[in-house]
Amino acid sequence: MQSTADAFEDLRKDFPVLNRRVRDNKKLVYFDNAATTQKPNQVIDAISDFYQNHNSNIHRAVHALAEESTEAFENTRDMVAKFLNIEDSREIIFVRGTTEGINLVAYAWGRDNVKEGDIIVTTEYEHHSNIVPWQLLTQEKKAQLKYIDIDDNGELMLDQLDDYLSTGKVKLVTFSHMSNVLGTISPVEKIISKCKNAGVKVLIDAAQSVPHMKVNLNEIGCDFFVFSGHKMLGPTGVGVLWAKKEILEKMSPFLGGGDMIREVHKYETTWNDLPYKFEAGTPNIADVIGFAKAIEYLEKIGMDNIRNHELELTKYALEEMKKIPGLTLYGTKEPEKRGGVISFNFNDVHPHDVGTIIDKDGVAIRSGHHCAQVLMEKLNVAATNRASFYIYNTKEEIDVLITALQNVAKVFKL
Amino acid sequence: MSGDPIYTEMIIEYSRNPSNFGKIDNAHIHQHDANPLCGDTIDLYLNIDDNKISEVKFDGHGCAICMACCSVLTEMIKGKTLDDVKKFDKDELLSELGLEHLVKTSPVRIKCALLSLKSLKFGIYSYFVDKMNDSESAGNLNEEAANLY
Ligand SMILES: Cc1ncc(COP(=O)(O)O)c(C=O)c1O
Repeated sequence: MQSTADAFEDLRKDFPVLNRRVRDNKKLVYFDNAATTQKPNQVIDAISDFYQNHNSNIHRAVHALAEESTEAFENTRDMVAKFLNIEDSREIIFVRGTTEGINLVAYAWGRDNVKEGDIIVTTEYEHHSNIVPWQLLTQEKKAQLKYIDIDDNGELMLDQLDDYLSTGKVKLVTFSHMSNVLGTISPVEKIISKCKNAGVKVLIDAAQSVPHMKVNLNEIGCDFFVFSGHKMLGPTGVGVLWAKKEILEKMSPFLGGGDMIREVHKYETTWNDLPYKFEAGTPNIADVIGFAKAIEYLEKIGMDNIRNHELELTKYALEEMKKIPGLTLYGTKEPEKRGGVISFNFNDVHPHDVGTIIDKDGVAIRSGHHCAQVLMEKLNVAATNRASFYIYNTKEEIDVLITALQNVAKVFKL
Repeated sequence: MSGDPIYTEMIIEYSRNPSNFGKIDNAHIHQHDANPLCGDTIDLYLNIDDNKISEVKFDGHGCAICMACCSVLTEMIKGKTLDDVKKFDKDELLSELGLEHLVKTSPVRIKCALLSLKSLKFGIYSYFVDKMNDSESAGNLNEEAANLY
């Protein structure tokens, strides 16, 4: 029997890029998974197979290729629905990514449902994609945008949500399931039960959660749910928006054009059924089909195993990093409350310098504001370093990171 | 040069103890700029007397490269005439710190190195156009700044 760690180690052979040497012939240690993950051969091959053997537009023609590609495309929709435990796959809308999904909701739902004086609630640890669309909407509608602040532990201060809800003006609460900087896992159940009691809609930005843990949308009880395929082994340019059918049916369309229509006359149009009403134009067919392989791959490993593997890595990394003098770790100290994302600063060394120096040892982390400048302001830093893990990462790689960080100390004479 | 091609003694030293670090109240030129990639921000302050840079300071948050380049740039331009400074070229700045190689090796880090020069060129351009009503002297410094990297 293979140990679990060995089983995960074994996956690495499916990811060609992990064999790469970078810089001075150093083994690549890829710790920038929160930005995007690497792709296994299964995904890469499915995309070239599509272009080599099946390429055709979908939903339009009756020829053989069109039938094949339409079927593969729609199969992916069914797989996504099953993956999230959704009964009706017509509730799955393919978009370009989380950003487009949130903008779709802000535009198509927000414009019809948010009025002057209404409140939209977001949090201090959101990605810019869950802030800027709501700024645009609230400015246009003369509505208000409010933030749930975070405490010193990097957790949401939920009594603020109570205060906002008690005004009776809140239309939507929108938050990330897991922070892309602190790794904090939001208390989804608590937030949703508060919102349900107040009759308020909820959007979950699941860009950092769906790739790393089991999510049962049938149980969560939110109204909108958005994530990106490229952060879970899939190709770039594929994302998913899920919303309840009753909401989607009442919503105005987002983009107008081909595929989203039932009948077009000179001055009026009727909309197509779900999900096509929200999928105007030729979609990203090849990448959606590739995304199916990513889901298949993750399901084979099992989402609970993935969560455990990352928890192990995170615990180990936190322990080892705590030993480095001058290293500041952000976010909660309890590994169970966070995902495999570790943000840190190293003395007064700017994250950009840390990133450049450890890159020489082949270690790829992210240095910057992580599209979360509101959070950076709160933490009172311009930027942080962020190491983020995925299924193919190992404890040995964390050791490489630790050694590389010691090298930073040497260069900067810390 | 032996050792690290970027993190030389000089750069580390400047990042720890930047020159001309601070603020000038009511400066003749105050230019703010940011690097959207990494969140670095700088504010550059200049006083002009007799067409010469009589005083110069900067403050902000940035990486070692950014801080070192700001330091060296401010040292190099102090006391120079605006005409000289207008002609100031990026190679002059980069070679002072041995960073010419960044142009080729690091399209990302070159932005850190040249943020200061970009601000300087924009600042002088605005000074001529807005304060002196002299767009002829301003020339195309704004385009030069925009095309620096
Ligand atoms: C929490 C969170 N939300 C949204 C996004 C945006 O995702 P995308 O760039 O795929 O639209 C990201 C990824 O960068 C993220 O981490």
